[in-house]
Amino acid sequence: MSNPNANAASAGPALEPEARTTQRPEAGPGSVGLVYLDHAATTPMLPAALAAMAEELGQLGNASSLHSAGRRARRVVEESREIIAEAYGARPSEVIFTSGGTEADNLAVKGLYWARKAAAPQRRRVLASATEHHAVLDCVRWLAEHEGGEADWLAVGPTGEVSPAVLAEAIEADPASVAVISVMWANNEVGTVQPIAELAAVAAEHQIPFHSDAVQAAGHLPVSLAGTGATALTVTAHKIGGPVGVGALLLAKGAQPVPVLHGGGQERDVRSGTLDVPAIRAFAVAVQTATGRRADEAKRQAALRDDLVAQVLAAVPDAILNGASPGPGRLAGNAHFSFPGCEGDALLMLLDARGIACSTGSACTAGVAQPSHVLLAMGADDARARGSLRFSLGHCTEQSDVDALGAVIGEVVERARRAAR
Amino acid sequence: MTTLRVLAAMSGGVDSAVAAARAAEAGHDVTGVHLALSSNPSSYRTGARGCCTLEDARDARRAADVIGIPFYVWDMADRFSSDVVEDFVAEYARGHTPNPCLRCNEKIKFAAVLDRAVALGFDAVCTGHYARLEPVPGDPGTTRLGRSADPGKDQSYVLAVLTSQQLSRAMFPLGDTPKDAVRKEAADRGLGVAEKPDSHDVCFISDGDTRAFLERHLGSAPGDIVETDGTVIGSHHGSYGFTIGQRKGLHIDRPAADGRPRFVLSIEPVSRTVTVGPAEALDVLEIEAARPVWSGCAPPSEPVDCQVQLRAHGDVHPAVCEPDGDDCVRIRLREPARGVAPGQAAVFYDGDAVLGSATISRTG
Repeated sequence: MSNPNANAASAGPALEPEARTTQRPEAGPGSVGLVYLDHAATTPMLPAALAAMAEELGQLGNASSLHSAGRRARRVVEESREIIAEAYGARPSEVIFTSGGTEADNLAVKGLYWARKAAAPQRRRVLASATEHHAVLDCVRWLAEHEGGEADWLAVGPTGEVSPAVLAEAIEADPASVAVISVMWANNEVGTVQPIAELAAVAAEHQIPFHSDAVQAAGHLPVSLAGTGATALTVTAHKIGGPVGVGALLLAKGAQPVPVLHGGGQERDVRSGTLDVPAIRAFAVAVQTATGRRADEAKRQAALRDDLVAQVLAAVPDAILNGASPGPGRLAGNAHFSFPGCEGDALLMLLDARGIACSTGSACTAGVAQPSHVLLAMGADDARARGSLRFSLGHCTEQSDVDALGAVIGEVVERARRAAR
Repeated sequence: MTTLRVLAAMSGGVDSAVAAARAAEAGHDVTGVHLALSSNPSSYRTGARGCCTLEDARDARRAADVIGIPFYVWDMADRFSSDVVEDFVAEYARGHTPNPCLRCNEKIKFAAVLDRAVALGFDAVCTGHYARLEPVPGDPGTTRLGRSADPGKDQSYVLAVLTSQQLSRAMFPLGDTPKDAVRKEAADRGLGVAEKPDSHDVCFISDGDTRAFLERHLGSAPGDIVETDGTVIGSHHGSYGFTIGQRKGLHIDRPAADGRPRFVLSIEPVSRTVTVGPAEALDVLEIEAARPVWSGCAPPSEPVDCQVQLRAHGDVHPAVCEPDGDDCVRIRLREPARGVAPGQAAVFYDGDAVLGSATISRTG
């Protein structure tokens, strides 16, 4: 085997030699050396949620069975339902358990569209923000391509906000033709918070169902079904310290979406399928904890986030912070930057090699990052959209995590810039 | 041995998987990368054709898991399209017969990928090519290319286009091993791709129908098939469908006067004329080749005796090569060769060692 020499001339200024990292097995949080700044993707399970789930996994019972084992399981489900309902300003009967946020989004967008169009065939338009998560975006596109729908994308401003005026104008172009409206509560990439109560009010004026994907907002902001007058809200467990695989659609009484899953008629016939009792129990524990400390945690994360932003900008003065200014209009734990002259995937790889986990924030096809549709909708060009990173904090983020990023980001950006030339 | 930071290109096939495994086992700091070369990849591999589908990306990822190395996907689709696919089509449009694997090694694997890797802090790019690297005798700092231990799999021909600087940052862990042993090793290492079929032919033509592919890109360009005296004896739909030395698929109306088979002698794309004739008219003794790369020796100032290979998996021909200025090499064969097509590489060997290569531009 050859012995390549590191004597090739470099194209730019000499850099410190790469630290030789030894081969290590892929690390997880909790192991020494991993700085995890990707809580918006998922976050460690809360110990209490994990314990509750593990205990419940050892129990027997299908919550739909009529005998004592079934009733025991049913009781766990209903107690969990009550906890979640109360935390999110809903009645227990307004909580529909699903397998997660994506399923709840599909149920809301497709189900409400089908119901509305069946009642009045001219209702073909689906109004959704241009910055929705793919779990809403792709549903809307699919409805347009296959179900006779018409996608009407609501433009966002440069920080990603949908204004109530923009929504009103879109509706008023032809109110009778709108099937359903969907605008996410807080954006998963850039953290911008939407004026959901005002948007829901505009929709209510025209009696059009309003859905909001509150997956990122729940646990950080006061998400409430009754408080907003929305028709439907999506929440999920794994973003707040519960397990992956369970979520809920909060569905206002009276709303009757066409089901996506047909079967045993569980969840009032709206969503069939055997209930995942252990996951539901853990979901409730996570919701309870997250809601209980929401205000304090938001404050704590905001302070860490603001320091992270300051450190990054100090190291890379021409980095651009995308999204709404840090404050009530932005998720407390979210920071999203574009680094001019870099590819996001090179940045991610370099940080990964240094034990820092973050995200390019955009969906990937087979691992190849596409330019973020959120940034493109906000008016960024392709290059800026590709050269971005999202850092998101969570319940276990400490100052040391922020400092670890601050210590290396300058050198990482410099190297990524060399790679892009 | 110095520990190197190695970027292992992993196609999802068995060779690159074993190569990556060996590099990691040797103690290097290895990162696996799958090159996404198609902007619209199909989901599944269909048999042995095509490459770099989503399934291949998944296979590569799983192999990286088993080996225990980080894994990423790099999007090279745009560069691949312009540097390899467009070049392939343009060469056929010129009446040449290109070798896209060569172009991919030259422009993508050991250029675009290597440059990016070096900028990101890697020392070398590792692939599953069957070839050897060894120091040039008497010049220990430099590396030259040689044939692999498995002569049937030897890929030194498609790597000979690389410069010594590119070779100095290449790693070919499979050079000493026969293919069967590589498959067995893959199985022993628990790599699921041990039995995966090799991809054949052109990786970006997944149904194997090159003529149809070219027709989609170049359109129908009908012209005449003529004998050496100019007599028109048939017609074709596009001169790009032919290569020098081709015998089959000529669609000629009538047999030759002597009843012997006819072969494509030359392709003239401007007039869209394909000339055919008897086998002996294919004989070539002199070849002109352009853009020489001398990786295994200093660029010669005098004529050099060597063996030259004129196509992938072709025979070697004893020859004398003489540079003619910086950009041209004249090759005089001792015995005539047939089916020498402009666009192919002429690779100069000294036994099993590669001295260099150049692109065939004319024959006489």
